[in-house]
Amino acid sequence: MRTLHTLLERELKSYFHSPIAYVVGFFFLLATGFNFQSGLMNLNHSGSEVTLVEASFNSIQFWFPFLLIFPLITMRAYSDEFRTGTIETLTTAPVEDWQVVLAKFLGSFLFYCTLWMPSALYFLAFELLTGKQAALAAGAYGGTYLLLMLLGMFYCSIGCLASALSNEQINAAVMTFVSIFAAFLGGLFTLIFDVTNPALRDLISHVSAIEHMMDFSRGLMDTRPVVWYLSMTALVLFLNLQVFQYRKWKA
Amino acid sequence: MTPMIQVQNLTKRYAGVTAISDVSFEVSKGEVVGFLGPNGAGKSTTMRILTGYLPATSGTAKIAGFDVFGQSLEARRKLGYLPENTPLYPDMRVCEYLRYRADLKGVHRSKLTERVGDVLELCNLVQVERKLIGALSKGYRQRVGLADALVSDPDLLILDEPTIGLDPNQIRQVRELIRNLAQKRTVLISTHILPEVEIMCSRVVIIHKGKIRASDSAENLLRNHRAAGSIRLLIGSGSEDARPFLSQIPGIREVASETEGDTQILQLRIEAGADPREPILELIRERRWALRELTQRRATLEDVFVELTHSDS
Repeated sequence: MRTLHTLLERELKSYFHSPIAYVVGFFFLLATGFNFQSGLMNLNHSGSEVTLVEASFNSIQFWFPFLLIFPLITMRAYSDEFRTGTIETLTTAPVEDWQVVLAKFLGSFLFYCTLWMPSALYFLAFELLTGKQAALAAGAYGGTYLLLMLLGMFYCSIGCLASALSNEQINAAVMTFVSIFAAFLGGLFTLIFDVTNPALRDLISHVSAIEHMMDFSRGLMDTRPVVWYLSMTALVLFLNLQVFQYRKWKA
Repeated sequence: MTPMIQVQNLTKRYAGVTAISDVSFEVSKGEVVGFLGPNGAGKSTTMRILTGYLPATSGTAKIAGFDVFGQSLEARRKLGYLPENTPLYPDMRVCEYLRYRADLKGVHRSKLTERVGDVLELCNLVQVERKLIGALSKGYRQRVGLADALVSDPDLLILDEPTIGLDPNQIRQVRELIRNLAQKRTVLISTHILPEVEIMCSRVVIIHKGKIRASDSAENLLRNHRAAGSIRLLIGSGSEDARPFLSQIPGIREVASETEGDTQILQLRIEAGADPREPILELIRERRWALRELTQRRATLEDVFVELTHSDS
């Protein structure tokens, strides 16, 4: 436990020591702020029946910056260690490989979580200023943020895996973006094309991030996506461990 | 007593290339062993296997009795390792980095500050402890790497070219430091600076093309080796050609000569264990040559190294 804690502390420090963290944080804040504002504008002008939380998290203004931050967060996780050789000092200390993999993952995930913290203030401010509810019920907040965490876990693990595959940050970033975007687009399939096969339709909606968000932001929490994201994260982290050991032993 | 390092029939193959083959050696507790070889001979590979960074293709390696693969964590707890080129995190401050490393290596929480303070002092880093590692000169970075290797007070130090890329003053500082460290510990050090090895190391292991070529004390290597030494002989050029006479003397393998002004300069290569100085003097007296200089040059470790690693055989 102590080793993991030490490694995690170092990971988090390395995020906050690098200027990229602040650049990512700044643009993310800008994007979520813009997203919140455009959700508000939509509701004002269209008079639709959805809540502010639903309007904010089910739009292209949300998804695009959201998918873009993962490559930026995770690209340097392993790439830098392999490129500069610090992987050798790291792994010849008495640490287990899985501890390294878990610490890198948790580091990126916790950093991702801190990015979301200010966004809660938007809705708080809205409720305080207007006296109206931004979501259907407390569960809708809970559901939305739960799904944001789950998606964050899955996408961070993909980013870490990509980073473990390459010495170059830019390669890792491109790989991460392409994989996450492909996974996301897969979920859009039923919305774009007319899928008649009911089994395929079902399968796609089970793994569709966009459909999950529609449900969770309304407070409709389903355990199936929870299990899906947790097990996928575990699977990708397992692959990450294999890749990490393979790369290290091939060095 | 269990040897500190025990390597048996170690072989490592990378995609078709054999980096080391059938390497065996032992290092006892308290020994300082110089690990020598040309670039690409397999020094770093051997060290990386010993530190648990690379798995061997076959064979076993043990640190203080712990198998480096099967009991990797226990083995790694026993050693401090300075990899080639000293990789460090440039975004951390010196004291912060050492604290992190000590913590990672399991130094007791209550002793962290004390240990870090100790190695900062030992490695002469106190004046830069608040600096970012990325802003340090090569010499300082090397010392930070050494401090890292030492921070858990390990029984065994494995240092891969600790003096590479340093200027002569820095090399001297690092050498002094290592010599101090060696008093209480077992040290395996790879370097290209052979006079250092002759001074510091109680034993030398020479590896070439992935195979151990020699493993002995520097003294024994020098005594037993073919390149046991040479004699430089200067005589007046008025004398006759000395070569045919000299090559008659037993113990002399080869005679080379040149003439400079009124002096004949002769280089004699001597067979191992032979000392033909007196027969040479005898000859000079007999032939009435004008003797200007007779110097025996002792073989150096460099001669042994070149002899063992020069040929492709």
